[in-house]
Amino acid sequence: MDDSKLRKRMPVSTLFDLKIAAPAIAQAFVKLDPRTLVKNPVIFVLEAVTVLTTFLLVRDLVWGGHDLGFTFQIVLWLWFTVLFANFAEAVAEGRGRAQAETLRRARTETRAKRLLMPDNHEVFEGVAASDLRPGDLVVCEAGDLIPSDGEIIEGIASVNEAAVTGESAPVIRESGGDRSAVTGGTTVISDRIVVRITAGEGSSFLDRMIALVEGAERQKTPNEIALNILLIGLTIIFVFATATIPSFATYAGGAIPVVVLVALFVTLIPTTIGALLSAIGIAGMDRLVRFNVLALSGRSVEAAGDVDTLLLDKTGTVTFGNRMASEIIPVPGVSEHEAAEAALLASDADETAEGRSIVALMQEKYGVQRRTPPEAAKFIEFSAATRLSGVDLGARKLRKGAVDAVLRFAHEQAGRDLPEPPAFRAAVERIARSGGTPLGLVENDRLLGVIHLKDVVKSDIRQRFAELRRMGIKTVMITGDNPVTAAAIASEAGVDDFIAEATPEDKLHYIRNEQAHGRLIAMCGDGTNDAPALAQADVGVAMQSGTQAAREAGNMIDLDSNPTKLIEIVEIGKQLLMTRGSLTTFSIANDVAKYFAIIPAMFAAVYPPLDTLNIMRLASPQSAILSAVIFNALVIVALIPLALKGVKYRPVGAAALLRRNLLIYGLGGILVPFAGIKLIDLLVNALHLV
Amino acid sequence: MLREIRPAIVFAIALALLTGLAYPLAITGIASVVFPDQAQGSLIVRNGQVIGSRLIGQNFTSARYFHGRPSATTAADPADATKTVPAPYNAASSMGANLGPTSKALAERLQADVGRLKAENATDPVPVDLVTTSGSGLDPDISPAAAFFQAQRVAKARQLPEARVRALVTEHTAGRMLGFLGEPRVNVLALNLALDQMTP
Amino acid sequence: MTLIGWLQIAVFCALVLALTRPLGGYMTRVFNGERTVLFPLLRPLESALYRLGGIDEKREQHWLTYTVAMLLFHVGGFVILYALMRLQAFLPFNPAGQTAVAPDLSFNTAVSFLTNTNWQNYGGESTMSYLVQMLGLTHQNFLSAATGIALSIALVRGFARASFKTIGNFWVDLTRCTLYVLLPICIVFALFLVWQGIPQTLGPSVEATTLEGAKQTIAVGPVASQVAIKMFGTNGGGFFNANAAHPFENPTALSNLLQMVAIFAIGAALTNVFGRMVGNERQGFAILAAMAVLFVAGGAVTYWAEASGTPVLHSLGLAGGNMEGKEVRFGIVASALFAVVTTAASCGAVNAMHDAFTALGGMIPLINMQLGEIIVGGVGAGLYGMLIFVVITMFVAGLMVGRTPEYAGKKIEAKEMKMAMLAILCLPLMILGWTAIAVVFPPAAAATGNAGPHGFSEILYAYTSQTANNGSAFAGLSANTPFYNLSGGIAMLVGRFFVIIPAMAIAGSLAAKKAVPASAGTFPTTGGLFIGLLIGVILIVGGLTFFPALALGPVVEHLAMQANTLF
Repeated sequence: MDDSKLRKRMPVSTLFDLKIAAPAIAQAFVKLDPRTLVKNPVIFVLEAVTVLTTFLLVRDLVWGGHDLGFTFQIVLWLWFTVLFANFAEAVAEGRGRAQAETLRRARTETRAKRLLMPDNHEVFEGVAASDLRPGDLVVCEAGDLIPSDGEIIEGIASVNEAAVTGESAPVIRESGGDRSAVTGGTTVISDRIVVRITAGEGSSFLDRMIALVEGAERQKTPNEIALNILLIGLTIIFVFATATIPSFATYAGGAIPVVVLVALFVTLIPTTIGALLSAIGIAGMDRLVRFNVLALSGRSVEAAGDVDTLLLDKTGTVTFGNRMASEIIPVPGVSEHEAAEAALLASDADETAEGRSIVALMQEKYGVQRRTPPEAAKFIEFSAATRLSGVDLGARKLRKGAVDAVLRFAHEQAGRDLPEPPAFRAAVERIARSGGTPLGLVENDRLLGVIHLKDVVKSDIRQRFAELRRMGIKTVMITGDNPVTAAAIASEAGVDDFIAEATPEDKLHYIRNEQAHGRLIAMCGDGTNDAPALAQADVGVAMQSGTQAAREAGNMIDLDSNPTKLIEIVEIGKQLLMTRGSLTTFSIANDVAKYFAIIPAMFAAVYPPLDTLNIMRLASPQSAILSAVIFNALVIVALIPLALKGVKYRPVGAAALLRRNLLIYGLGGILVPFAGIKLIDLLVNALHLV
Repeated sequence: MLREIRPAIVFAIALALLTGLAYPLAITGIASVVFPDQAQGSLIVRNGQVIGSRLIGQNFTSARYFHGRPSATTAADPADATKTVPAPYNAASSMGANLGPTSKALAERLQADVGRLKAENATDPVPVDLVTTSGSGLDPDISPAAAFFQAQRVAKARQLPEARVRALVTEHTAGRMLGFLGEPRVNVLALNLALDQMTP
Repeated sequence: MTLIGWLQIAVFCALVLALTRPLGGYMTRVFNGERTVLFPLLRPLESALYRLGGIDEKREQHWLTYTVAMLLFHVGGFVILYALMRLQAFLPFNPAGQTAVAPDLSFNTAVSFLTNTNWQNYGGESTMSYLVQMLGLTHQNFLSAATGIALSIALVRGFARASFKTIGNFWVDLTRCTLYVLLPICIVFALFLVWQGIPQTLGPSVEATTLEGAKQTIAVGPVASQVAIKMFGTNGGGFFNANAAHPFENPTALSNLLQMVAIFAIGAALTNVFGRMVGNERQGFAILAAMAVLFVAGGAVTYWAEASGTPVLHSLGLAGGNMEGKEVRFGIVASALFAVVTTAASCGAVNAMHDAFTALGGMIPLINMQLGEIIVGGVGAGLYGMLIFVVITMFVAGLMVGRTPEYAGKKIEAKEMKMAMLAILCLPLMILGWTAIAVVFPPAAAATGNAGPHGFSEILYAYTSQTANNGSAFAGLSANTPFYNLSGGIAMLVGRFFVIIPAMAIAGSLAAKKAVPASAGTFPTTGGLFIGLLIGVILIVGGLTFFPALALGPVVEHLAMQANTLF
C-alpha cells in the first residue's frame, strides 16, 4: 500500500524510538511469565526448554562439567531468543499504547449535565460521566465535552471530533436524520443539544477504541488460529525429530549433550514466526487505526482481505457528491453565446454546487464575462414547489430548472400552449440517455436551451476499480438513479455491476444472494436504513459521521467518513495475511540451513564422514551450533520492522503475488541463513567465543 | 451406528467368499484349461520324471554343467530345527542374501567367489551376476557374459570343442523382450539340458 | 545408465499416463452410480448384496457413520483373517500341512493385510496354507484396496460437494469398487500372468529331481489370482517369500513391466477421478504432475545409484552395476524402477532385495515412504494423503496471497488444518518413535542382518514401511519376534487409521461448506507454480522431519561406502 495515502493521525514511533523501545524491553522481561507465554505455544515450548538447559548449566556449574563456556553461551542465547520474541510483541503493543494515551486524555473524568425530567429540557443536575446509564438524557452546550456516546434528540450543534478522528474541522450534528450520533470525548463548539446516552460505563466508543489499539481485546482471528495449529504441528514434528536422536546416537555408539539437542530443537521449531505472530496481528490493527479506520474485531480485518464483492454508493464514492454542468445545448435560433450568457445570469446568485458549476462552465468553456449584476436584479431562489431558480432583470425573467418545470413556466408566461421545439426535446433525451440530468433554460416564454448536468466520476476511480479487478474483487455501484443513468455512470466509472433505484431491501437482498454463492461482501454506509445491510455484509464499514444504528451495525468504523477507503481496508486485510504467510514460509525454509549446520556438528565424533554435509565449512562443531542458535535469535529482531510494516501488497493477481513472495521469503528463507550462519561463525571464531 | 453392524457382518462374509474363494477358484479353473502347463508351474518332465521348472533355477556344482548364480536360500538344519543351513536353490523357501553395500560379509564373500571363479575358469573378467546372489535365490538365468565365461570350462569337462559350447550358449540366449524389456539372458537349466542331450 | 534403460522408464510412464484418463472416467461413472459396460452382468449381484446387508443404496452417510461403517467392516475382516491363520491346520486346502501361525505373527499379519500394508514377517510358501492365501490374504488384498479407494472417493466428494451433510455410502462405494473395478481387472490380469508363467493350482508342491540328481521341492499354489490383486490393489504381499523377485511371481520382463503399471494404474486414475468430480480435470492433472516430478527424480537417483555399483564391486573388477539381490531377467533398470514404483505407491512388492541396494539407491524408497506415499501412492491412500499435503500447501499459499486459503473452492480453516496436521504427525511419531526404541532395545537391535549404519537403516525401513503401509522391507532384519510383530502392528494401525479418520473428518467438514467461486484473487491450482509449491512443501515437511534419521542411516552409509569403510 502506498504510505503517502496514509493520513497519519499521530506520529508513530519506530522500533528505534526510545519511548517505545525502553518500555518494550522492560515488557519483554515481564512477559517471561509462563502464564502469559502459554498463549503462544511455540515460544512457551522455547521457554520451557530454555529453563531446562539453565538447570543443566547450574548443575554443571555446581558439580562440574565440560564445555561450561559453550553451554553458558547457548543458554544465554536461548534466553535472548525468548526475550526477543517478547520484545517483538511488546514493541507492537507499545505503538498501540502510544495511540491509546492520546485517546485516554480525551476520556478524563468529565462532568455531565443530566436532565432531571425527560420533558423539561432546562432543569439538570451535575453528575460524573461515569455515573451515566444508557437512556439518561444530558444537555451539552458550547464548550462542553460530550460525556458519553449518544443520540441527539433535540437541537443542532457543531462538534469538534478531533479527539476521536484526529480531524480538527468541526462537524454538524443534529437530531433526526443521519447525523444524529455523537461520541463521548468530543467537544460541542456551538449551540446546545440534548443527547440520549446509548453506551454504558466502559463500553463507549472511546473505551472500545482504546482497548482495540492497545490490543487488550485482541482475540485470535480464524486464520491466526489455523496458522497456530500448523506451527504447533511443526513443533511436535520437531519434538519427534530431536527427541529420537539420542537413541539413534546410542546405536551409533555416541552420546549427544542435552544442550546440543535443545539447540537443534530450538533452531528447528518455528520460533521466528511464533515470535512475530502476535506482533503482526497487533500491527495490522494499528495500521488500520493509523489509517483512521477502527476495526471492531480482528475477524473483520481478515475478512476484508477475502472480500470478493465491494458494494459502493455512487454518490461520494464513485462520483463527486454533486453534479456539474458539462455543456449547454441551445435550441435552433439561439446562439451558443446567448444561451451561455443567460445561463450564467440565471445562476449568478445560485450558491449550490450545481449553480456554481454552471457559472464556472459558462466562463471557462463559453467565454462569457461575469459582470456585477444590475441593482434591479431580483434573484429567485430555488424552491421545492416551483423547482426553478433564476433572476428577474426587469421584464426579463430568466429561469433554469427541471425540464417539465421550465416548460410549465414558459406556458404560464405565454398564457397559452406552446409547441415544444423538437430540438429541445431531442437534447433533453440525449442527455438523459447518457446518464446526465437535463436542466431547462428559459427566458420568459422562450426556451433557450438545455444545460447538461453530469455526475462527475472521480478522476482516479476508474483506475482504482481496475486495480480491484486485478485483485479479483468485483465492484458494484449502488444508486437511486434510474437504470439508464446508472448504466451510463457504471460504464464510465468501470464498475462491474450496479443496482439502480436501490432501496435498502435491494441492498440486503443483493448481499444475501452474493453470500449464498459463497462470496464475501464489503460495503459502507452511514444511514439508519443502511444498518441491516451493514450488519449482513461480511465487512461493513460505517461512517463516523453516520447514525448510531449504522455505527453499531458495521464491524468497522471509518473516522474520516470516506467511502473510498474500503479499497485500502481490503489491502490492509490482505497485507496482514500475507505477512503471516510469508514469515511462516521464511521461518520454515530457514530450517534447511540449520540442519546442515547442526547435524554434522552433532555427529562429528560418531560419524566423521558426515562432515561432508558441513557445506558451510563452519569452523568447529561448537561454533556451528552456537552460530545457528545466534542466527535464530537475531533473525527475530531483524524481522520486527517487517512484521510491523507488513509485506508489501501489489494488486497483480494471486499467481504473480505468490511467485514474488515465494522467491523472496521461500528461496530467500533457504539461502539467507546459509550466509548468516557462516558470517556469525566467522565472528564467533574471530572473537574466540568457543 | 448400530444399524451398520448387520452390513458389516454380511459384507465381511459375502465379499470374503466372493474375492477369497469364488475368484481364485474361478481363475484356477480357467487357467487349468487355457494355460495348463504354466498353471502347474512350467514343469519339465523327462522320462516321466519331473526334473524341475523352466522358471526355477537349480543348483549346479559339477564342472560339466553351466553354473547359475549364487543362491542365499537355506533349509532347516537337520540336526537342529531352530537353525538353518545353506541350501542353494531351495524352491520351497525363496530368499535373498540381504547384505548391504558396506557389509564386510558381502565384501569377503565376493572376494572369495571372484577368486574361486578365476581359478575355475581361465577367462576374464568375472561377470558381476556370477558372484552376486539373486533376489529370490532361484534365479533361473545368467547373463550371456556369464555363460560364455564358463564355456571353456564346460567344453573341457565335456571334451567338446569350445566353439560348439559357445554356439549352444548363443542358441540359448534370449534377447530383451519385445526388443527393449529386461536384459538378455541364458536359462541355465535349459542350456544344461541341451548339453546333456549333446553329450549324455 | 543406458539409453535402453531410460526407454524402459519412458515406456512405463507412457503406459501409466495412457491409462489415467480412460480408467479415471470409468471409475468416476462407477462411483457416481452411473451405468457402465459391466452393469448388466454385475448389477444383479450388486443388488443382491445390498438386499442381504439391508442397505438402501440411495441413503448416504455422514462422515462419522461412513468411518464407523468402515471400521466395523475391518473388525469383521480381522476376525476372519486371524481365525484362518490360527486354525489353518484344521482347514482344507492345506496340502503342505502348514501348522497354526503363532499368535503374535498372526496379529501382525492380520493387521498388515487389513491395512493394505502386507508387511510379511513370514515366508508365504513355508507358512501359509492355500486357504489362508486365498480366503484370508487374497480377500483382504481386495478389500483393503477397495476400502482405500472408497475413502478417497469420499474425500473427493467433500471437495466436490457444497452444503452437503453426507459424503456417500461406505457399503455402496465398497461394493461398487470391488465388483466393477477390482474384480474385472484382476480376472483379466491374473489370466495374463498365468500365460506369462505364474502358477495357478491347488496341487501340492512339486518334487523334482534335478539334473545333478538332487531333490528340489518346488512350491506352487494359487499364485496368479493373488499377484493380480496384490499389484492393482497396491498391497504387495507376496505369495512367496521373495515376492516379485520369485520367478513364479514375476516370470518375465513383460510381466514385470505390467505389474509396475498395475501398481500405478488405479492411483494415477484416481487423480483424474478427483479432477472430474471437482469439475476440472486439470486439477487432477496438476496433482499427477507433482507426483510425476517426484517419481522421475527418485527413479533417476535410484537408477544412477544402482547402475554405478559400489566401491567393493569396483575393487574386484566387477562391472555392470550392483547386481547383488537382483534378478538377471530384470537387470539394473527394471529393478531400480520397480523399487521406486513400489515405494512411491504403497505396494511393497519387491522384485529385488532393497536391503542389498546401494546406500542412495535404498534411500529413495525410504524417502518415498516417509513422504507419506503420496507419489501416486496406495490406491486411495495416495490420493487422500496427497490431498492432505495439498491442504497444507494451499494454506501457506493462501496466506501468502492475502486470502483465507482455499482449494477447489473450499475454504481451508482451523478444523482442516487440525486434521491435516494430525494425519501428518502420526508418521514421524510411529517411524521415529519405534525406531528409537528398537535401536536401543538389545534384542531388537540384534535382529539386524547388517552392522553399522545399514543395520540402523534396516530398522528405520521396517517402521517406515509399516507405518506408511507399504510392506516392502530391508529384509535382512529378522523381524518375526514378538517385539517387532506387536510394535509393527501398532505402527501399521496408527499409520492407516490415524490418517483415515482425520481425512474423513476433513471430507465431512468440506462437504458441509459453501463453495467459493474462483476469482483473480484466487491462487490457481492447475499451473506450474502450484505443482512446484506442492513439491516444495512435501519435500520440506518430509525432509525436515526425517533428515536426522536419514543422515544417520543411508547418508552416512553412502559417505562411508565412498571412503571404503565396511561394517
